[in-house]
Amino acid sequence: MKASVIVFPGSNCDRDAAVALGAAMGKAPMMVWHGDAELPQSDLIVLPGGFSYGDYLRSGAMAAHSPVMREVVRRAKAGTPVLGICNGFQVLTEAGLLPGVLMRNASLRFICKDVHLKVERKDTLFTRGYAQDEIVRFPIAHKDGCYFADGETLSRLEGEGRVAFRYCEATGEITPRSNPNGSVNNIAGIYNEALNVLGMMPHPERLADPVLSGTDGARMFSSMVETLH
Amino acid sequence: MSRAARASLEADGISAALVAEHGLSPTEYETLVAALGREPTLTELGIFSVMWSEHCSYKSSRIWLKTLPTTGPQVIQGPGENAGVVDLGDGLAAVFKMESHNHPSYIEPYQGAATGVGGIMRDVFTMGARPVANMNALRFGAPSHPKTRHLVSGVVSGIGDYGNCMGVPTIGGETNFDPRYNDNILVNAMCVGLVDANRIFKSAAKGVGLPVVYVGSKTGRDGIHGATMASAEFDEASEEKRPTVQVGDPFTEKLLLEACLELMQEDVIVAIQDMGAAGLTSSSVEMADKGGVGILLDLDQVPMREEGMTAYEMMLSESQERMLMVLKPGAEPIAERIFRKWELDFAIIGHTTDSGHLVVKHGGHTEADIPLAALAHAAPQYERPWTAKPPQITIAPEVVAAPFSLLGALECMMGSPHLASRRWIWEQYDHMVMGDTVQRPGGDAGVVRVHGTTKGLAMSCDVTPRYCAADPREGGKQAVAECWRNLTAVGADPLAITDCMNFGNPERPEIMGEFVGAIEGMAEACTALDFPVVSGNVSLYNETNGVAIPPTPAIGGVGLIPDIAQAVTMALKSDGDILLVLGEEGGHLGQSLYMEIMADGANGAPPSVDLDAERRTGDLVRSLIREGRVSAVHDASEGGLLVAVAEMALAGNRGVALEVTPEPMPAHALWFGEDQARYIVAAAPEQADAIHKAAAVARVPVRLVGTVGGDALTLADEAPLSLAALREAHEGWLPRFMAGSPS
Repeated sequence: MKASVIVFPGSNCDRDAAVALGAAMGKAPMMVWHGDAELPQSDLIVLPGGFSYGDYLRSGAMAAHSPVMREVVRRAKAGTPVLGICNGFQVLTEAGLLPGVLMRNASLRFICKDVHLKVERKDTLFTRGYAQDEIVRFPIAHKDGCYFADGETLSRLEGEGRVAFRYCEATGEITPRSNPNGSVNNIAGIYNEALNVLGMMPHPERLADPVLSGTDGARMFSSMVETLH
Repeated sequence: MSRAARASLEADGISAALVAEHGLSPTEYETLVAALGREPTLTELGIFSVMWSEHCSYKSSRIWLKTLPTTGPQVIQGPGENAGVVDLGDGLAAVFKMESHNHPSYIEPYQGAATGVGGIMRDVFTMGARPVANMNALRFGAPSHPKTRHLVSGVVSGIGDYGNCMGVPTIGGETNFDPRYNDNILVNAMCVGLVDANRIFKSAAKGVGLPVVYVGSKTGRDGIHGATMASAEFDEASEEKRPTVQVGDPFTEKLLLEACLELMQEDVIVAIQDMGAAGLTSSSVEMADKGGVGILLDLDQVPMREEGMTAYEMMLSESQERMLMVLKPGAEPIAERIFRKWELDFAIIGHTTDSGHLVVKHGGHTEADIPLAALAHAAPQYERPWTAKPPQITIAPEVVAAPFSLLGALECMMGSPHLASRRWIWEQYDHMVMGDTVQRPGGDAGVVRVHGTTKGLAMSCDVTPRYCAADPREGGKQAVAECWRNLTAVGADPLAITDCMNFGNPERPEIMGEFVGAIEGMAEACTALDFPVVSGNVSLYNETNGVAIPPTPAIGGVGLIPDIAQAVTMALKSDGDILLVLGEEGGHLGQSLYMEIMADGANGAPPSVDLDAERRTGDLVRSLIREGRVSAVHDASEGGLLVAVAEMALAGNRGVALEVTPEPMPAHALWFGEDQARYIVAAAPEQADAIHKAAAVARVPVRLVGTVGGDALTLADEAPLSLAALREAHEGWLPRFMAGSPS
């Protein structure tokens, strides 16, 4: 299996994603510089977290127009699995691979903490290592994570089962209190129609090592590796 | 200043008023003229004024700083470079420093704090290290002061936005609220980096004819005279100084970090220095002076953000995210390729010379020609008069009134601004990026794994200004000892410290006395604990309209955990574990938080620090941790034993059945006294014998204080205090205050 992690200027979770992915794959992924128009043949493409181009415009807006993204969009449409984490999710919405937008958190503040998520479906290449409706604990760390989409888009997402994760209580209830950023319907991550593109605000790569007080994130990487191997 | 205005000024010569505006005394100006052998040009006056400012020259503090211990087998680089370096074994080293950004943060909290973080990270990566963790120590005024909320909000988001964008976790620190900081807040930022011990970069530009290269952001008019501002007191007009505050761009700094580390893989850099305070001036002067060479700068080559800047403005600009480096001859293309890849400015702006002078050219004119020796070594040094603070009386435990209820007092204290949870602050800092944060904020020390190894780096920032104000010497000792204790409490071997000395106006003998006392106390503790100072910073003139801050020598310590599997946290882990206090108990309530909150305010002498007991107790605790005999450890510091137990209970979400304290000492003195050199450990009951035996050998007293279990703190003759109520009190205050509720 070959995986690529795209590095934009200002990416800062590229190494973290590579470490978690590398642990699951047993070898290091390729790090691909944003300015490269060539993207090596890859079974999986990861857009990591960070502040691409400083996010001085809308988060992810500049990165969505960098040379390598044209190729990422083409591959995604051809079926290559793409995972966007945090800033990577923002880039995916800006690039039009996923619908909706990530706005400033309802609190207007950056938030870094562990949250509970409900795994909405377990039949995708990203989540087959989890149980249906399993409650997992992943960290979030963002200022622009409030997911929003218009009513029509939202009903399509919900109707087609394209919500990947929802913020919830430790007990699994979907409540306003467990929603850290004001996202509509407590949405923490979504799929594209073909289910090969996943964008999510929480960071699975940050709890993928027993030393770091949790391993719920590791199963996402092993799910992908087992599917794509 | 326009060229025309400058020309007319120079035609009139340098007036006494202009000299005063530059923060130089008449005597200092005479020294300057003597060193130069003539009257300076305006640009030269500007250069001297920043180099001889308190901020850059340490003219009031240097003779005292020299008395601090700075060596040890673990020290690779002590004070004098951009940051200190300690050995971690296996070819790795930690690079760290703490620095103040107090004056700018009060004037413009967001940018002031952000650029403080940017500056300290630059200091660390200038030495070739990748920053791996940030800490900060913040002091704000009273919650009731009208500006406090605004300052907290701006400082925290400034620190967060800069560190978060850089992708360096901010893993801890401390925050105080005290009316004595109402008009002078303190923002001290610390950064720790990792480097290969044989690839450390320094700032001595040895060699003549070498290219001087400017990289990073362009130069603008921001921050001109920041160093001079940071060396003066505030008055009503200070807020007009906003233009002297720099503006941060963390994205550019992230690129600069990656570009510098990439270039450092090549063997091309002779010397490197970040442009921090006094920008181009201090970076060029320091590199040339340390290398024993001269330097010529052609300002026409400097990348500019604005048009029409004069040489004076360019030499004094504190535009952020810039570096100056001296390269090996012929290495320019390699460096240029890397900096262009990262879309950063790159310009050759001069070369080293054999003249021994700093020569600045601009528009075909020589704007400055100064012997470096005059700038760097003729700088004034003062042995300022000082008076020691008279000792305070020691307050007997019996004279401090007991509370109606011990647990009621605890709930009240845990919800006070002094002890309330700082979660609202640290949740705005990305404390997990880089994937190595082993202990998150809220514990005794932050811990990150040394990437790719099983070692851990522990770090903590400490000082108790209340103690320092009452007794600067004992307070200085206590700050170092508490830092050492916090590192010990997570299982680390304390290695070394950085200090950030925040004081008032040193020209007042009582303030200078505070500084001298704190240094003496620190030196004593550093020596006794083998915990040397490897870097630091001095911030004086923290006063407004003649009212100074309490002496605040903030200590940032770094320790090494040989195997993170052996580290412990303060969280209680299992019901049935026993809680033991290790260390001498004297019921010392003078200057305690109990007095501050529950009585009429803290007074008297602070607790004294017995450094021999400190060492014995800490070494005992560390060995118990390494032997796996304890399941949780916490030091007892501000608030005393009961507060420490409550913090352990909240962290582990487990209750504690507390033991009745022994007679004849009043119970509130034992529970809330702030005696030093004490730790609370939790252990399985079957470990009790071994712990008692080890403690007896180390001559450390042990007492059972409770048993873990339930969902409340319980004590005979008192209503139980539920964890839920305790948590509500502890977590509630800061979010409520920041949301605008009356405090």
